[in-house]
Amino acid sequence: MMQTQDIQAIRDIIRRAKRWDAFFGVLGILALMVGVLTFMTLFVDMAIQGMGRIDANFFTNFPSRRAEHAGILSAWVGTLLVMLVTGLAAVPLGVAAGVYLEEYAPKNWLTDVIEINITNLAGVPSIVYGLLALGLFVYQFGFGQSILSAGLTLALLILPVVIVATREAIRAIPQIIREGSYACGATTWQTVKDHILPYSSAGILTGVIIGMARAIGETAPIITIGALTFIAFLPPLPFTGVPPAGLLDWLFAPFTVMPIQMFNWTSRPEAAFQTNAAAAGFILVLMTLAMNGTAIWLRYRLRKNITW
Amino acid sequence: MNVRVKMIAALVAAVGATAATGAYAQALVKIDGSSTVFPITEAVAEDFQKAKKGAVRVTVGISGTGGGLKKFCRGETDIANASRPILDKEMADCRAAGIKYIELPIAFDALTVVMNPKNTFLKQITVAELKTMWEPGAQGKVTKWNQVNPAWSDQNLKLYGPGADSGTFDYFTEAVVGKAKSSRGDFTASEDDNVLVQGVSRDVGGLGYFGFAYFFENKDKLKAVPVVNKKGVAVTPSIEAVMDGSYEPLSRPIFIYVSAKSADKPEVKEFVEYYLKHGGKLAKEVKYVPLTDADYKHALDNFSKKKTGTAFGGHSEVGVKVADLLKRDPKE
Repeated sequence: MMQTQDIQAIRDIIRRAKRWDAFFGVLGILALMVGVLTFMTLFVDMAIQGMGRIDANFFTNFPSRRAEHAGILSAWVGTLLVMLVTGLAAVPLGVAAGVYLEEYAPKNWLTDVIEINITNLAGVPSIVYGLLALGLFVYQFGFGQSILSAGLTLALLILPVVIVATREAIRAIPQIIREGSYACGATTWQTVKDHILPYSSAGILTGVIIGMARAIGETAPIITIGALTFIAFLPPLPFTGVPPAGLLDWLFAPFTVMPIQMFNWTSRPEAAFQTNAAAAGFILVLMTLAMNGTAIWLRYRLRKNITW
Repeated sequence: MNVRVKMIAALVAAVGATAATGAYAQALVKIDGSSTVFPITEAVAEDFQKAKKGAVRVTVGISGTGGGLKKFCRGETDIANASRPILDKEMADCRAAGIKYIELPIAFDALTVVMNPKNTFLKQITVAELKTMWEPGAQGKVTKWNQVNPAWSDQNLKLYGPGADSGTFDYFTEAVVGKAKSSRGDFTASEDDNVLVQGVSRDVGGLGYFGFAYFFENKDKLKAVPVVNKKGVAVTPSIEAVMDGSYEPLSRPIFIYVSAKSADKPEVKEFVEYYLKHGGKLAKEVKYVPLTDADYKHALDNFSKKKTGTAFGGHSEVGVKVADLLKRDPKE
């Protein structure tokens, strides 16, 4: 008799625990849905509004006062080139800094201070980077209001993300790998070059692309350094034009980017420009998704070859 | 490995060299400034580049009148778009940097007072009534329509207007309250005129003001309030009413400032001439009000004679005729 009662009590406890379990599961799904549904609503809304405007001309036309002729050529080319500079600047700097902090830096108070600073940098508002870049790149270094200035600004902005991602990726490598390498007489650099970097490259790449996906939508710092709103020409291709452009002249060309083009269109009086803005937004989201997709694919490819 | 190092070194050297020698030298006209003037300048830039078949490049930015003049007086741009005349402080900046400028009116903007189409009692409005609504003393006190005019309904009065950084705000407060930037603070302010359009179109007791182009594109959602002019006639804003001078005091000339040094460059000279020859037609196309042909000719004449300086004394004026402005002897 007592026994059945005990079992009953235990069953009650189990039932209650399972109820909480199910409850939390539902709560988790709801929490997830807030983010996912917000994004889906925005995305579908932009797609519905802008889809009719997207055709080949939209990609090959320059901005225009006539909404039906206005396109995003200078904007998407500008965005791609700025991202290229950002990537080329942020990856070597960020990875080198991350490797140094993980593999070389002595564990002392100075390293701690640097670490705290990097974490804090990730939380600095992007406009502050814009102001810094305006003083440093645009005026001090004389790069002007150019693709180079914009790319370097965004590189600074995503540097903390790249550093943190690099460190996380390096930390995931088991200690025995390093010990094995050192046991064979390798130097720290040899260990980094032959083991640490190859094994952590998947994680590093993911971090870089997440950082770039953030940078692609940034408007404030780019406006601060002086991206232009109306620009109906492309940066010069190397060795073309009269007089021929140099190899790197495109770096110093004036430019615009997708978010600025969108912003300009949303503030126009004509309703047709709102459609253009939605279409440009749709393309921008696709560009971001494509970058994230590449990150996932690369991670999958690179991880496949690593076993330990 | 060695080759790679050399390549990187060469790349760094090349970047350094290009930075040192300055940017790529191709005919470029740099313009920045007011968002109000932007649509006209953009239209001119678009057609000019097509006419020149890409031989000259034009860039137009939107930093606002103040931001544009700041860059202009640092010598970073060739032309500044301005929705108000240059002010004392900006004149001093330009003088300090040795930048001389030619002031050219290029069109009118008609500030349009708008109401909700469901508003049945508002047939016209006087400047005095606008002042009662907008002056700083009205803050928190004037909250119902019948406090402004007893004949109007006792509905709540909701005001919408551009933010304090806007040239439109400066001009409206100067014309209505009598002092630039002097306004009540408890109204819905936005730098984005589309927000103001949305606000008034959803609020039966709403009243707002912004440039004519925004009203014109939203005619189905809003109604323009006829404003009583000096002669006592209520005038609905339209391109014709601004051109014949009857829509006042809420119409204002807008300007471009051309650096005298840049005007020596053939591409800038050609662009400004193109602007003054075709600007009227293009202004009309983007729903601004063109000057008279005689005014454009006069402006072109001032430009070719390089009359530098401003016809205003470093402050705005309400109700000034463009023909008179162009005749004045500009001061630096």
